[in-house]
Amino acid sequence: MTLLTVVFAAILCTIVWYRSETAREWSISVLCFTYWGASLMWLVDAFFEYAELHAAYFTPAPLDMLNDFYLGLSAVALGLLIWLVLLLVKDPKGVVKNTLSKLK
Amino acid sequence: MACFLVPVAEAAVTTAAVKMLQAKEKANAANISPETVKPAHGLPFSHKLKWLSNLLWGGSALLAFEHVWHGEVTPWFPFLTAAGSPAETAQMLHEMGTAGVAMSVLVTAVWTGMVLITAHAERIDLSESAVEN
Repeated sequence: MTLLTVVFAAILCTIVWYRSETAREWSISVLCFTYWGASLMWLVDAFFEYAELHAAYFTPAPLDMLNDFYLGLSAVALGLLIWLVLLLVKDPKGVVKNTLSKLK
Repeated sequence: MACFLVPVAEAAVTTAAVKMLQAKEKANAANISPETVKPAHGLPFSHKLKWLSNLLWGGSALLAFEHVWHGEVTPWFPFLTAAGSPAETAQMLHEMGTAGVAMSVLVTAVWTGMVLITAHAERIDLSESAVEN
């Protein structure tokens, strides 16, 4: 469920990156790389888990599924947070810089 | 247990390589006079290598978060709960050698595919601009 959640986030970010010039200016590629990187790593985890559990891998307990979904959403939120911090540090539109210079 | 440490190590090496390549490319650009320089075609390799670095750092960050979630990483020494006993340490090292290495290999393989596709697109672009000229 964690893998699935992050894969959906990666696909969504890639579509936004492809469609929007503004999104590309806002370094959304960082978010795409983060989610795709995590998706690939969790895919490997899933393969190892499948090798251990076989068919049982596809029938998780509802509580485990809910916990994994919660983890997936939290991972997506963490990715967004990382991207937001990088965006504010890079400040492509100079908004932070302008605000700080107005305060002086 | 600590499989994400393998991609983290690769990410650190890749980031260092990106920094070195960028410095080299900057030095090369400064040495070439504007009259002799041909228009640059395609992305510099350092830019492509940064894709791999971003994939590895981003993925490792979320994976590290998952390990914190499951209580496998702690903010106190020895930071990895599996490092507490020799048996668990052996299991952790085994997992790093299997899952961790597989993660690094898969991410690198996907990145290689991305670089090959980009190189192909650049070749097509170059041949099209040659035909136009």
